Amino acid sequence: MNRLSLVCSSLLVLLAACSEPESQSVSQPGQTESDAVVAVPASPAVPAPVVVYSSRQEHLIKPLFDRFTAETGIEVQYQTGEEGPLLARLEAEGEATFADVLYTVDAGNLWAAANKGLLAPIQSAVLEANIPAHLQDPANLWFGLSVRARTIVYSTDRVNPAELSTYEALADAKWRGKLCLRTSKKVYNMSLVGTMIERLGEPQTEEIVKGWVANLAAPVFSSDSLLIQAIAAGQCDVGIVNTYYLGQELQKDATLPVALFWANQGSNGVHVNVSGAGITAHAKNPAGAQQLIEWLSTAEPQAMFSELNLEFPATPAVSSVELVQSWGEFQQDTLNVEAAGRNQAAAVMLMDRAGYQ
Amino acid sequence: MPMSPAPSLRRQTVVWQGLGVVLAAIVALPILSILAQWGTLGFGERVIWQHLLDTKLDRLAFNTLILLAGVSVMVSVLGISLAWLVSMCQFPGRRFFEWALMLPLAIPGYVMAFVYLALFNYAGPVQTALRNWTGSSAWFPEIQNAGGVILVLSLVLYPYVYMLARTAFLSQGRSMMDAARILGLDSRAAFFKVALPIARPAIAGGLALALMETLADFGAVSVFNFDTFTTAIYTAWYGLFNLTVAAQLASLLLLFVVVALTLEHYSRKQARFHAGGRNQDLRRYQLKGAARWWAVGLCCLILGIAFVVPVAQLLVWVVQTGLVELDTRYLEFLGHTLLLASLAALVTSVLALILGVIKRLPRQGIYSEGKGWTQHSVRLATLGYALPGSVLAVGIMLVFTWLDRGLDRILDVQLLLVGSVFALVLAYVTRFLAVAHAPVEAGLESIRPSMYEAARSLGASPSRVLLQLTIPMLRPGLITAFILVFVDVMKEMPATLIMRPFGWDTLAVRIYSMTAEGQWERAALPALTLLLAGLIPVLMLVKSSAKQAQGSRGQSR
Repeated sequence: MNRLSLVCSSLLVLLAACSEPESQSVSQPGQTESDAVVAVPASPAVPAPVVVYSSRQEHLIKPLFDRFTAETGIEVQYQTGEEGPLLARLEAEGEATFADVLYTVDAGNLWAAANKGLLAPIQSAVLEANIPAHLQDPANLWFGLSVRARTIVYSTDRVNPAELSTYEALADAKWRGKLCLRTSKKVYNMSLVGTMIERLGEPQTEEIVKGWVANLAAPVFSSDSLLIQAIAAGQCDVGIVNTYYLGQELQKDATLPVALFWANQGSNGVHVNVSGAGITAHAKNPAGAQQLIEWLSTAEPQAMFSELNLEFPATPAVSSVELVQSWGEFQQDTLNVEAAGRNQAAAVMLMDRAGYQ
Repeated sequence: MPMSPAPSLRRQTVVWQGLGVVLAAIVALPILSILAQWGTLGFGERVIWQHLLDTKLDRLAFNTLILLAGVSVMVSVLGISLAWLVSMCQFPGRRFFEWALMLPLAIPGYVMAFVYLALFNYAGPVQTALRNWTGSSAWFPEIQNAGGVILVLSLVLYPYVYMLARTAFLSQGRSMMDAARILGLDSRAAFFKVALPIARPAIAGGLALALMETLADFGAVSVFNFDTFTTAIYTAWYGLFNLTVAAQLASLLLLFVVVALTLEHYSRKQARFHAGGRNQDLRRYQLKGAARWWAVGLCCLILGIAFVVPVAQLLVWVVQTGLVELDTRYLEFLGHTLLLASLAALVTSVLALILGVIKRLPRQGIYSEGKGWTQHSVRLATLGYALPGSVLAVGIMLVFTWLDRGLDRILDVQLLLVGSVFALVLAYVTRFLAVAHAPVEAGLESIRPSMYEAARSLGASPSRVLLQLTIPMLRPGLITAFILVFVDVMKEMPATLIMRPFGWDTLAVRIYSMTAEGQWERAALPALTLLLAGLIPVLMLVKSSAKQAQGSRGQSR
């Protein structure tokens, strides 16, 4: 009993101790902001911080934000989390939100945020000049900042790349028992099928997806990395993955017998998706938010995207990473990535109907 | 003989019961806000429901039932048999196994899942070695199916049954078994007819926890890509962008729980299970010959696959990826994790105690569990455990932003609550009240009403009964409640992710940011740190239960 009361009392001390940093950290974004409203005209030397809600992982964004702060003196506060809950939080907070920037992965999530009215349009000559038209929202609610290409990978032991051509061709019966796919619950596949729906229409897309399912060599995988390892181990011969996962596996083992094939080069190009950002509808620091997003579209941070995660720059510049360069130039699908978001729900239902788990 | 209470006491009772309803209602608010989503059933929602019914709802319900059935059988067999061995039998290493067998509790389900998938998939080390030796691993069982998920979930969930059953067996001691044997039952019959039924409330409590966590689990099933009801919730939310349908689906999970709890309630009927007060006799059965080595072997096997193997794999990954991850921020992650866990565990256990006691306040002088408002609101408040963390977090967020708007109107302050430690702790309380409730209830259930009546008739005031009778007798249950909630909060990811204050990263948040893109190896370091932190409360329990055992041995002398 006295042990228990000891624990209780020590916890009460902790509780008292923690309520101090708590109130600090909670009020910080809002408070510094409201201070800033008064303080900025008087002393522009202390700019207001930018608050970012991000579904991109911390180790991929922190180096970028640190660099931004070093160059501009503007502090960046961020909260990372899963896309769905982050959007729900932004929506629930409404006008009271601390967030200035929503930075998320995948056009589908950006489209959903725009669709819920959570983003404000950005008028920026810098972004228009740096970011190609198909990687930004038609209404300028968000801009893509890095490009992720989803393409075909194959076993160098068992597949002649001359046999490969398009995503659609992987539905051909000649790949029966040789294809590996990641789960349809991953947004990357929802986006791929979403753009196919835009281009081919639902009936034809459904036939293709059914063909894929019939060709599966193994139950669908829960990650691209596992899929690549399965090709290397001989469980299947071809698959569809994001290129940076292959990059990660090759960095671990350069002799991995798996290679990349740029899909649909004769037709509409490789399916690409973006990580991108927009300014929140109720941003307290929209100027700082715009400055951050514009800065992320410039040469130095664009190169960092590639270095940090083997992705491609959103600007027409070439990746500085040798491994990424070694994959060669490719034609990317110039259909606006917004279509993937718009068709995402239809894609999910189509994959359910086709039995793609 | 029950005394007729003084009017002032009756008034006091009403006040306390009112307080109980209010406390339970606060905890239940987020759950109610999820249920309220049934108010919206527009065109979009109907299209999705029709689609779900047409394509997969039957398969998902079936998968969920299979999972529940498999996990119940496996956690019961493992939990009860291991608890019986370590509490009632004597064999080499018993004292070590007694606490070591709780350790798998500190391993988050998704970590166990990705370790086992990485080890045993086609490209993993086990099957690769088999192919190198024998040329084929085609006969190797597929693990990405119901069997694999059941195994993984059971390995992390059996400690709930184990811990509660162990406490129950310890408190009934040997005298009941001896009495049964003297009355002519053989040892097997004595176990099934006496020891097991007396431990039943505790076992049912532990099993209910394991099943609720199974229902809410998203991590392990998504690693194995096994479609359950929960995966449909996330597809509706993340894939179809419809949070309303997601919440509606989630509220159906509560239906599973209500049905299960009702079944247990009716099958127990009016039976009450009270142990004979404090355990009088802790002499254990000496296992001899082959039996003792069977016992050692079983404990080693379970400890091996549920703890040693995953820890070894995590260690290998930490070595492979190097310690580049390790920096001073880990101290911060650890600090936040421990602080949040202890705060939430304290608040939740105290609340469970208060609600449990209020539920049992005397009516017309008779101590028994009634069926009033308090009972119903407590039952509602403990349902949060069956909801997936992020869905419940959204419910909490809705409640808090609503409160924030009100505060803003009155006090002109913005967003005090959302993103505060207070809100996060309330989220934990809502999610884990059931976890503290089960051991506390099991403990209260085993206290004979006659003891209260005796204390009262000897003139003890209600507060004195609470402090000198109830709490001391409940001690093992309270400590179990504290530890279970502590460990659960440490592992909790979705609610922490979305509700943590700025900069309050915990170890679980760190694991998430590493695994979000499938880089499991890099999550090994925070996962191992989490495991080490999980040892702290387990060791606390070991020390306190050792002391308790000493105490009661001293008493029996």
